[in-house]
Amino acid sequence: MNCQHACSTDNWAEVKAAAERVLGEDLVAFIEQCRAEQDPHSQLIAVLHRVQGKFGYLGQSQLDAVAQLLQVPAAKVSGVASFYHYFRLQPRGKFIINLCLGTACYVKGADRLAEKLSDELGIHFGETTGDGMFTLEGARCLGACSLAPVLVVNDDMHGSVTPDQIPIILDQYIKKARQQSDEKPAQQQT
Amino acid sequence: MIRKRKKQINITIDGTPLTVPEGTTVMQAAEKLGIRIPRLCYHPDLSLAGSCRVCIVEVEGTGAYTASCSAPVWEGMSVKTNSPAIREARRDIVELLLDNHPMDCQTCDRDGNCELQNLAYSLGVRERLFAGARKEFPIDDSSSAVVRNPNKCILCGRCVRVCSEIQGVYNLSQHGRGFTTQVGPAHLVKMDDSVCIQCGQCINVCPTAAFLEKSSVEEVWRALADPEMHVVVQTAPSIRAAIGEGFDLPPGTPCTGKMVTALRLLGFDAVFDTDLGADLTIVEEAHEFLTRLQNGGPLPMITSCSPGWISFMEKFYPELIPHASTCKSPMSMLSTLAKTYYAEQKGIPPEKVFMVAVMPCVAKKYEARRPEHMMENGLPYTDAVLTTRELIWMIKCYGIEFTSLPDGDFDAPLGLATGAGDIFGTTGGVMEATLRAAYHILTDRPPERLEFTEVRAVEGLRETYVAIGERNIHVAVANGLNNAKQVLDKVTSGRENFHVIEVMACPGGCIGGGGQPYPPPHYHILDPQLLKKRAAALYAIDGSKKLRESYENPALEEIYEKFLGSPGSERAHQLLHTHYSPKLPRGIR
Repeated sequence: MNCQHACSTDNWAEVKAAAERVLGEDLVAFIEQCRAEQDPHSQLIAVLHRVQGKFGYLGQSQLDAVAQLLQVPAAKVSGVASFYHYFRLQPRGKFIINLCLGTACYVKGADRLAEKLSDELGIHFGETTGDGMFTLEGARCLGACSLAPVLVVNDDMHGSVTPDQIPIILDQYIKKARQQSDEKPAQQQT
Repeated sequence: MIRKRKKQINITIDGTPLTVPEGTTVMQAAEKLGIRIPRLCYHPDLSLAGSCRVCIVEVEGTGAYTASCSAPVWEGMSVKTNSPAIREARRDIVELLLDNHPMDCQTCDRDGNCELQNLAYSLGVRERLFAGARKEFPIDDSSSAVVRNPNKCILCGRCVRVCSEIQGVYNLSQHGRGFTTQVGPAHLVKMDDSVCIQCGQCINVCPTAAFLEKSSVEEVWRALADPEMHVVVQTAPSIRAAIGEGFDLPPGTPCTGKMVTALRLLGFDAVFDTDLGADLTIVEEAHEFLTRLQNGGPLPMITSCSPGWISFMEKFYPELIPHASTCKSPMSMLSTLAKTYYAEQKGIPPEKVFMVAVMPCVAKKYEARRPEHMMENGLPYTDAVLTTRELIWMIKCYGIEFTSLPDGDFDAPLGLATGAGDIFGTTGGVMEATLRAAYHILTDRPPERLEFTEVRAVEGLRETYVAIGERNIHVAVANGLNNAKQVLDKVTSGRENFHVIEVMACPGGCIGGGGQPYPPPHYHILDPQLLKKRAAALYAIDGSKKLRESYENPALEEIYEKFLGSPGSERAHQLLHTHYSPKLPRGIR
């Protein structure tokens, strides 16, 4: 007579499967474990740490998947994720630039480096370039004051940097990224 | 069992000694003395936030100001609610709230009934000493129902609490931190892309204009000024019980006649009554119920008049969709008849009929735009939905002296309704009207009684059995979706076998709808006392009518005879029934 009678209108199986696909088996298992705890809601931050550990950031689809699998309202999940400084809501670049803004570096001209970096990359602190290459972040003291002003790109330390060196440093990494992407297909062939 | 009497606590407020039960807050104790401590984030039906600090008082000996909303009394406590220092501190707190608030009171929708504005006035903020940076957030007016303007938000959190604690939707939370904190749905997506059910309770509890209904006033003015258009209006049952508040009439004053006259003065070509749609809904729904009873289900049948509930079902309980009555809401039924039967009778092409619906509801704006409620030519059956607030504003804008208007009558044929239609506007009303009709069809006798007070779920939730002839009908009535969840979970788990369930999204039913007037002085929003008065107006109207049972409506008889055939006929199904489908994102229940 009417389809509603015959067909199931419950979409939970699909919603759940989609959430599991987004997070992957390891995280699904971890959330299962959390749900068995007395107060699964209190496990939200622990879950978010795991998710960021795996993906490098907390994207909308990952947060929604956490909401469904942990059964915590999505507004709460995204509210918590956006509150804590530690959680990142945007993917990070291939190269993370940490400019020291501690006292010694600042006195030695870190402010001018900050301006130059923002200009060259076209982004503000905390943002990532559109091509996903660089993320610009400010750090407090990095403990290398004798080299001030200092900036760190991934694991490389650059000391006594002047604003006119910035384009040269950035260029190094762009070249490095290009080399890596050229090497990759070659490696795959062998 | 004898309830243990609470310990009595002796305190002093502003020098007056009084005794109150243990657990009373300072704010509540002060109210006993007739002192209403200024407040903002506090709401008696919501959890305590204690975040705005407007309600601070001085507690002797503590050396600190205490938020009176969340401070319980203790033996020997001595409180000052007013001192020069307290008044200054309260004024500074409100001044700081204003400092990053837009300075546009004169052009704001809440001008005149904004709690922040009222507080600033009553606490004596007469200048702005600090010129703080203003918030510059994007406004989300993409929804056809709810507009979110975070620039006006003062982060009191009342919307967040009503959405989660009363409605069980939990669509809102604070995002970000510090100066850039914003209240909004997950990821701050557009309202219609979130789990929002458009009930509009966030608008009701907001002290400012951070949430508003999407206005339809301009398009209605435009239609009224268009000589080509035949502009018709229908008013929901609960409007007549609340509209008077907009013109300083005491709450609970029935205003049917004045409302009709005002609508005519505004220029509407015909004034119809959604109550007729309600009578029609009852006849169709009773027929549907009987069919389900005979065919083995699906039972329970759940009412489908409340569009907030329908959205909630689609997002939170999609497995219950087969249980929802397929009947369109009274508004949509009446709009459908206006553009088919009425247009045909009048010899006006349906596209020249402009249907305006005045509703207590914000979600009706969303319902009117649903693809299920479009004509074959792609035009909507309901062209514009106005909330009670918007209609009040239009009447004032026009300059109509509402309180001195003579009574007018609705137009035939779509304005003739029974008392059963009137009570649709309050909790249990649809159930009561259904039971009146069920008597008729299950026993073939007129009902032995017309009033079923046992289904009036004033406290939010009722489950009971009602004997009708040989049968014992198991019914549940819920208003406020957190209450509804309790019943729905019993259905999904199979713990209870109900026959019929009435669900209204808003507390108290439509009388507490998201589009109703902001509360008059001495009432708070969602005040049970206010809802009781509005409900009493509807029961008074019902009681005063000769015809109180939907089957007795002579206009309906004629419409069936001339146009629809019989209840549940193919034509009735095609025009008056609809189907729903699961919607994403899925809500967490």
